[in-house]
Amino acid sequence: MAEELVFRFDVDGEDFTSAGQASVQVKKNLRQLGVDSEVIRRVSIAMYEGEINMVIHAGGGTALVKVYPDCIEIVLEDHGPGIKDIDLAMQEGYSTATDTIRSLGFGAGMGLPNMKKYTDSMDIESTVGVGTTITMRVNCQEVL
Amino acid sequence: MKISAIKELLDAEVLTCEEGLDKHVYSACGCDLMSDVLAFVKDQAVLLTGLVNPQVIRTAVMMDMVCVVFVRSKAPSEEMLELARDSGIVVMSTEKTLYTSCGLLFSNGLTGVR
Repeated sequence: MAEELVFRFDVDGEDFTSAGQASVQVKKNLRQLGVDSEVIRRVSIAMYEGEINMVIHAGGGTALVKVYPDCIEIVLEDHGPGIKDIDLAMQEGYSTATDTIRSLGFGAGMGLPNMKKYTDSMDIESTVGVGTTITMRVNCQEVL
Repeated sequence: MKISAIKELLDAEVLTCEEGLDKHVYSACGCDLMSDVLAFVKDQAVLLTGLVNPQVIRTAVMMDMVCVVFVRSKAPSEEMLELARDSGIVVMSTEKTLYTSCGLLFSNGLTGVR
């Protein structure tokens, strides 16, 4: 994993309507690089769910997308409240989202499970009161 | 099923990308919960929803969906329509309810996500 191309985005935590802009841009960038369409789909869905989570729960954060020759890595970092019980948060249907967020079509407790489902690996580091960093990888063939 | 057939069955108004009416869709999803759409839908699908916010269009973009139908005459904002145009997504609006719309498409051969 010597060569890499990095895209960096600030995710605005104040505006739910703009959430997902970074994921849409990543999808365009990966398409321009000629990445396989199924890989693009998996990367963009996982990142989109993560981006929404950062806006809903953590007041925004940063997203790094690193394109390696054999995989695409997404690193989502926030300084929100942290996740108290990661195993519980990984269960489908478990959510701490507000009714307002549910009325907007999210907060059903599918975000983290979806992110795991669409990626080849996912690592969550979280400290209550400090923040959360999620690193996901999707394997691919000879991008760069 | 062609998107043009969906337009006829639902008596829908086309709001964006009319040039895409000849595209085919192979499955459909009637849902107001975008997380479920992200979990289960395959591509080349049509999304029918009563939810109106930009995340509906972004969800469709992520899933490579080709058509979004807003039910009960819900009116998407210009921002949403611009997002859809940018990704070539056909957006339509119908007076029919979500239940009726899904029933019409299903009974005419467009089944759901397996």
